[in-house]
Amino acid sequence: MSVEPQATCTVTLRVNGTEFTSAVEARLLLVHFIRENLDLTGTHIGCDTSNCGACTVLLNGEAVKSCTLLTIQADGGEVETVEGLEQNSVLHALQEGFFQEHGLQCGFCTPGMLMSAKALLAANPSPTEAEIRRGISGNLCRCTGYVNIVKAIQYGAATLRGETAVGTQAPSTKELSQSHA
Amino acid sequence: MARWGVCCVIPASFKYAAPGSVLEAIDLLRTNEDAKVLAGGHSLLPLMKLRLANPPVLVDINRIPGLDYIREDPAMGRLRVGALVRHIEFERSELIHRRYPMLAETAGGIGDPLVRNRGTMAGAVAHADPAADWPAALLALDADVVATGSAGERVIPLRELYIAILTTSLRSDELLTEIRIPMPATRSGGAYEKLERKVGDYAVIGVGAYVTLDESGRVVQAGIGLCNAGSTSIKATAAEAFLLGKPAAADNINEAARLAMEASDPVEDDRGPVDYKRAMVRELTRRALRRAFDRAEGGTPR
Repeated sequence: MSVEPQATCTVTLRVNGTEFTSAVEARLLLVHFIRENLDLTGTHIGCDTSNCGACTVLLNGEAVKSCTLLTIQADGGEVETVEGLEQNSVLHALQEGFFQEHGLQCGFCTPGMLMSAKALLAANPSPTEAEIRRGISGNLCRCTGYVNIVKAIQYGAATLRGETAVGTQAPSTKELSQSHA
Repeated sequence: MARWGVCCVIPASFKYAAPGSVLEAIDLLRTNEDAKVLAGGHSLLPLMKLRLANPPVLVDINRIPGLDYIREDPAMGRLRVGALVRHIEFERSELIHRRYPMLAETAGGIGDPLVRNRGTMAGAVAHADPAADWPAALLALDADVVATGSAGERVIPLRELYIAILTTSLRSDELLTEIRIPMPATRSGGAYEKLERKVGDYAVIGVGAYVTLDESGRVVQAGIGLCNAGSTSIKATAAEAFLLGKPAAADNINEAARLAMEASDPVEDDRGPVDYKRAMVRELTRRALRRAFDRAEGGTPR
């Protein structure tokens, strides 16, 4: 027998491009590893019961509930969290979309929404409204009623397609930072 | 959901092993009493977080290569589905959409997209939750499962797998390695109907139906499976037998739906009272059968 069950395992995974190696308890959930071991608290714990999607991250490009995955299951994998979206102080097109379209109120579901939306757009760059609603149907929002979240994802999708998205809510973050400068 | 006692929603301690082959997995199951198999984990891990399941050992089969296939085997006359095929693959697969649309529509209604990215057909079948969609659809399709254990491989008709809620006839050292679904005959068709309160919830009731017709449009084979209508997934055999030799007339569909309702034994819960659920079994059976007949008559495979 070559495989002996272990209570503690060593895992190596890349999170937002940085490699981490750690000895973890087999029972450690990925969301706890991300939040507590790596201190990346952008990924939220909403329901703890695999329902709400606030803990959504990308594992090897696929949207998963990090509260329903053992850290050891992600061993050798590539994890992306909401902290990985912004690049060089520039918001990701989806983040800009959520800002422009007022796609959040309390913001608790937003990190999960963003990651599900990113996976959706990677598979389908021009989703219909129905496809967007279906794509985020594993992510619960208790504030917005989803209308502006859908608009925000449409904004992000248009930007990522190279089109000029026109927001309805706010000056762009670029304009804001210029006015603050 | 409320936190229970001092326990947070964190699984109790367990030991973990990730075998690299089916043989290693079986050996781990044989040598570790009460070990559980981890596939997609989207039924098991939530139960472990609530401490409703506390397996001492988890055997994670996700690292076993070669279990993620969906392929037709014409010699066997079966669609063969490996143990690690995730629900999402049935939504993505061109073969499934073209030849087995009933499987694509069943997959599309399971959980939510995040669940479908991880959960597996074989895991759902082995978990034996009567509220799961796959068993009802696969009972309608007369699927078999392949169990691989220390003593070798055996093929179990799905209708013989379920003993009680969350209990199957699989032995403790057996791994469910494959699901086999009959390839569609000409003039056959199936449909899956699911009533759910909201995305991500279990079905209030789900019904899978499948028919094969002869040249004159009479039923030569019928399958009806019921989801969340009793303490196990239910194969509505009286309704199936009634349909044999009959055409797709409304009276026949209504009587089969009534017989399916008679086969159901739902309990009252927050998804509704017993009478309502039984009525839904009848109505969803009607709808599923109508669409199954349409697909069979239209020459569109199930």
